[in-house]
Amino acid sequence: MTLLDLQGLTKAYPGVVANSDISFAIGKGQIHALLGENGAGKSTLVKTIYGLVRPDAGTMTLEGAPFTPTDPRAARAAGIAMVFQHFSLFDALTVAENIALGMENPPKQRELAQRIREVSENYGLPLSPDRIVGDLSAGERQRVEIIRCLLQDPKLLIMDEPTSVLTPQEVEILFGTLRLLASEGTSILYISHKLEEIRALCEHATVLRLGKVVGTCDPRETTSRDMAELMVGTTLMTPKRDGEALGDDVLVIEGLTAPAPHQFGTALKNVCVSVKSGEVLGIGGVAGNGQDELVAALSGEMPVDAAMVALDGQAIGDLDPNTRRKIGLCAAPEERNGHAAAPDMTLTENALMTAKTRLGLSKNGFLDWPSARDFALSVIEGFDVRTPGPETAARALSGGNLQKFVIGREILQKPRVLVVNQPTWGVDASAAAAIRQALLDLAGEGSAVVVISQDLDEILEIADRFAALNEGTLSPAVPTAGLTMERIGLMLGGAHDMEAAHVEA
Amino acid sequence: MLRLEKRPQPSKNWSYGAPLLAVVLTIILGMGLFAILGKDPVIAIKTIFWDPVFGQFAHFYRPEVVKKAAPLVLIAVGLSFGFRAGIWNIGAEGQYIIGAICGAGVALAVYPYDTRWVLFPLMIVAGALGGFLWAMIPALLRVFFKTNEILVSLMLVYVAEVLIKAFSIGLLRNPEGYGMPGSRNLRQYPAAANLDLISGTGFHWGALTAVFAVVVAYVMFTRHQFGFNVRLAGQSPRAAGFAGVNANKLIIVCLGLSGAMAGLAGLFEVAGPSGQILGSFPSYYGFTAIIVAFLGRLNPIGILLAGLLMALTYIGGQAAEAQLNLPSAAILTFQGMLLFCLLAVDVLTNYRFKIGKAEVR
Repeated sequence: MTLLDLQGLTKAYPGVVANSDISFAIGKGQIHALLGENGAGKSTLVKTIYGLVRPDAGTMTLEGAPFTPTDPRAARAAGIAMVFQHFSLFDALTVAENIALGMENPPKQRELAQRIREVSENYGLPLSPDRIVGDLSAGERQRVEIIRCLLQDPKLLIMDEPTSVLTPQEVEILFGTLRLLASEGTSILYISHKLEEIRALCEHATVLRLGKVVGTCDPRETTSRDMAELMVGTTLMTPKRDGEALGDDVLVIEGLTAPAPHQFGTALKNVCVSVKSGEVLGIGGVAGNGQDELVAALSGEMPVDAAMVALDGQAIGDLDPNTRRKIGLCAAPEERNGHAAAPDMTLTENALMTAKTRLGLSKNGFLDWPSARDFALSVIEGFDVRTPGPETAARALSGGNLQKFVIGREILQKPRVLVVNQPTWGVDASAAAAIRQALLDLAGEGSAVVVISQDLDEILEIADRFAALNEGTLSPAVPTAGLTMERIGLMLGGAHDMEAAHVEA
Repeated sequence: MLRLEKRPQPSKNWSYGAPLLAVVLTIILGMGLFAILGKDPVIAIKTIFWDPVFGQFAHFYRPEVVKKAAPLVLIAVGLSFGFRAGIWNIGAEGQYIIGAICGAGVALAVYPYDTRWVLFPLMIVAGALGGFLWAMIPALLRVFFKTNEILVSLMLVYVAEVLIKAFSIGLLRNPEGYGMPGSRNLRQYPAAANLDLISGTGFHWGALTAVFAVVVAYVMFTRHQFGFNVRLAGQSPRAAGFAGVNANKLIIVCLGLSGAMAGLAGLFEVAGPSGQILGSFPSYYGFTAIIVAFLGRLNPIGILLAGLLMALTYIGGQAAEAQLNLPSAAILTFQGMLLFCLLAVDVLTNYRFKIGKAEVR
């Protein structure tokens, strides 16, 4: 039986057709995957269903009746609920207060707390309504969002990239909940680009590319590679490396300890690891376990004791970022807008921002703009950054293009050590493959590369050794060859001691 | 429905066009104001904007405009560094007063020493140092105790005002002044006087310094690492930290620089147009310079033009008060309109108007 039927949905923006004649149906109690790269039109489509976007053409039918939500409130009233990729929670409030904030007519706090407990028990989502959200892990925060949705008794639950912040064990708990919901008749529209998960969870998949439906399949009977190629439209290249020769230790981190830089930060506890010349070290972990702090301690934004970080035997832990760049350590933080790049500045200015030291773009304090521009151009050309030119403001670039620019800017400086955090976050599959290949090439030339990522597939693909970051502590590094997902999950701290309460499905 | 939409890039045309549009809007609104007050709006605007530069008595007004503009430009250029970096020195008026006290204090201490090439440079150094040290109070409090530099620098203005009153009837009072408040007149002390470099133009050492400051600031912002760091810190503080800009150092340098330049302006004023340390010496140049800095879009060339325009509204405003019998409050209102209009049209640089309903992409 069909719950929601989409017919010929079309939505155009100036210069781009986000959705073109999209038709498919979601059955009652079905877990339906929506697959596609960034920019394929998934977001526009779910925003249409959720009442945030009005389509130019096409119709939606919910349980046989025409469905034209004018705003999210109307969509919620009709039984559509959505868990966004980015949480909208207030750190300083409790779980119950956060949930009450999102409700039309919130009941009394005590009643609400009771209902939160019931729902969390029924669906295997352990969560205490009295806890402060700032103290919760990413997985628990997501539970807050899910429970917020479940309190509305939705007919359709939309989940946008829900597992990007979860450990494998937390993913299992989530899947249990979703299967239970589906068995009770709730339909789920599951958006992701992680194919293995979709194969494990979903019964039906619709694949989008460039705003069009390019195929449907049963994920349980289709290989990941086939689905990926359907998504990308071409044969995917797998990053590969040549030259396996590892050299001496280049970067040595010894007993790196640092207090949390701010209230909701993470303290680093006795981090010890070393990276050899030509080696790629992958550091996995769920967001908020010290990744930002580790990058800051390595880039020089958060100076630590000199002896805690050494490059080619030289203690550099107390040096500022530019002195470290001079010695050969470059970094690319996770947040592109406002951290790795200044959004209101041009690409030339952004290129100069980190490259001035190593490329000598600043003489006696005076800036060499022509050379900076040339360097920006070489990054744009070398990394296929789609932009009108180096005088474009960084904020005008799409996330993926800016990421290619930021990574390219650091790689073209030929650093001895490159530290990158989430190098392919929000980047489409072919660009991600290009970035990974570039990182491998840099290692192939004898640099040491540290890749911090929440995408475990990415780490397994390019890293020689793997270490897990969990609550500011780094596990010993182990070779990635022969590493299983279960082993990695345990290294990442399992489900953070939050086993499923009553998963019955 | 009319709504604002963020531009993907700041508009180059509007960043130059907005101040011009603001001036035009101010003139239109000002004409309305003067008409309500029962004056002929065209004559009022002509008296303010045209007569001081091109009118019958322009030879009298023009030097006055230069003398007014010099301290405004000098202070505003100094402030523009901090403002671009997101460091808000609201107390330039205080640094201006302290600079005047220190610079004049040096001259009065050695009176009647008469070797100008020793004394005058010393006064300049003392003036700059006075303003610098006064600005160090909010700077160091901010760096070490995270106080708000806006409040501290502003409150220090009132301290400086009390200080200059105390000095004018105490330590620096003219011993030959028959007990009247106020110091000796430095204009009548040849070794210390800041007189016109070309007689009758109003172009004194302070004006020369202001022009020099505009040129140096322009080079700093467009070609030098320091100007780049300032802009980066103002636009994206985290990116600045990543690029290796030391935030605390920047606070000290920016506040110190703007304080020193305000101090210089105070020294040139007390040794020149004003002449005396007196309770009535403060003339709100330090506050008006904030308007000038924003009117000039924190761009040195823009600040030069804005300083001249602002000085013109002062001199023209005084002329209008005298000739048309306009109340001085009307002139102040008129100047306020200028800043208000500028802020209002400023939005057009980063946003554009769109007709239609907003939509989420």
